[in-house]
Amino acid sequence: MNLSVAIGKLRMQNPVTVASGTFGYGVEYAQLLDLNQLGAVVVKGIRLHPVAGNRKPRTAEVTGGMLNAIGLQGPGVEGFLKKYWPFLKELKAPTIINIWGATIQEYGEVARRLDAVEGVGALELNVSCPNIKEGGAHFGTDVTLLSQVVGACRKATTLPLITKMSPNVPSIKPYARAAEDSGSDALSITNSIPAMAIDIQTRRPKLGNVTGGLTGPCIKPIALKLVWEAASAVKIPIIGMGGIQNAADAIEFMMAGATAVAVGTASFYEPQTALQVIAGIGDFMQRHGIRDVRELVGTVQVE
Amino acid sequence: MVEQTVRIISNEPDADHYFRLVVRAPRIAALVQPGQFAHLRIPSPEQVLLRRPFSIFQAQGDTFSVLYKTVGKGTQALSRMGAAEELSAIGPLGRGFTLPEPGGETPLLVAGGYGMAALYLLARRSPQKGIVFVGGRSRADILCEEEFRALGWEVRVATEDGSAGEKGLVTQPLIAELKRGAGKRKLFACGPNPMLKAVAGIAADFDAPAELSMDEQMCCGLGACLTCVLPIKTGSGWEYQRTCTEGPVFDSRRVLWEV
Repeated sequence: MNLSVAIGKLRMQNPVTVASGTFGYGVEYAQLLDLNQLGAVVVKGIRLHPVAGNRKPRTAEVTGGMLNAIGLQGPGVEGFLKKYWPFLKELKAPTIINIWGATIQEYGEVARRLDAVEGVGALELNVSCPNIKEGGAHFGTDVTLLSQVVGACRKATTLPLITKMSPNVPSIKPYARAAEDSGSDALSITNSIPAMAIDIQTRRPKLGNVTGGLTGPCIKPIALKLVWEAASAVKIPIIGMGGIQNAADAIEFMMAGATAVAVGTASFYEPQTALQVIAGIGDFMQRHGIRDVRELVGTVQVE
Repeated sequence: MVEQTVRIISNEPDADHYFRLVVRAPRIAALVQPGQFAHLRIPSPEQVLLRRPFSIFQAQGDTFSVLYKTVGKGTQALSRMGAAEELSAIGPLGRGFTLPEPGGETPLLVAGGYGMAALYLLARRSPQKGIVFVGGRSRADILCEEEFRALGWEVRVATEDGSAGEKGLVTQPLIAELKRGAGKRKLFACGPNPMLKAVAGIAADFDAPAELSMDEQMCCGLGACLTCVLPIKTGSGWEYQRTCTEGPVFDSRRVLWEV
């Protein structure tokens, strides 16, 4: 039975990874699960310089999901390389580094810096974080800017590039094509969905940042449709994510057109979820006589 | 830190809205240090998605217990669970209190409401006895007073309505004790943020060291999500540190209350 998939040059031993921002830098989960069983580890977004992050409260639970507005708190690329890379580079599972910048130039600089680091699996370009004023989402919701960000990173590195797509567009297809045409090797779909919640006793927003990004099981149908639409527009592989809690959810994404999947918010409340998804995909394949996991991709029967 | 399915031995009401949950959790119980917490996944028809963190109250043999107040849908769902039911627990988590040293500073414990729970193991494992100051709105908020007395600790109670102990805030008897100025003392506190902030101020006034167990809203409990951060002083400035990982216990001099 073959579970391995390819995301550009990146080989994954199975199609299951984790969503950036939900898995820290991997090390936080190392005592609870064997990270080497994952298809890849995806770390929290980093930019050139350290970032303090947003004011509190930073998260709020809502029905079927949660809001977050962390604000991409992080150590910056040099801090990351010093503090976290020594651990990550020893893993057998590849590491995908999520990067962002306030300017197109900064994206390129971070990509160039990481291109010089031995052993990086791939870069994921975060052009869709809803929680930061500069950079982030506006690159993902403007086709021209999106092309420029991907193009700048393409020039800066030969590492596989994965563009993390915004859900906040009227149709994902032109954005997916723009990323593909500019040299992205894959797409990850989708990021959190802009949202808010209010405490009716205090009449205050539940997030310090006022608005945030919605994630968790409640966004799965939205993410699934975005994956399905994008899959019809591009040839590059898609990593599907949004509310995956079990193997059945993951298989839905694969049938919609995703070559791989990422477990996000579920890792917060059940750290073993990604490993359970891997096992469950194997069980499904066995029950249905599927020998290669790639046979699942894009097999939804619409007619 | 381990994740394990734990079985409820008992889950009984203590006083108004307070419950004591005892679970069989041999792998977690063996590792617990005073001031650490457990992160519980509460199975619930209302779809409580995220885990809830609870200070570990007691850890004995292969069990640990928590003392909680029903404040939202998570703790309400937990309060409806009964013996033999199971839930997933991750623990013990976080950095707890520094155990007092024999012959060192006299420990003064300051608790507000269920903050008592985080301090009990510290008193139990401390090589020297001290005083516990416990406060709350009324008598019902004064928890496990007898357990502390049973350890041979002196307990001083304050309630805002005067229904038990001295009328007023818990900081009053604390200040009175510190003013007596008998030898070196160290404060250990857990309770609502305004109380902790007041304790930090008192510690500074009397030049006494203090360790505060901070109660912050939490999501993963593992250090990954960066929900539970607090502004903490560093050499040159400050940075957001994680209550779940660098905390929940912080040196009072390092906590910045406003940024």
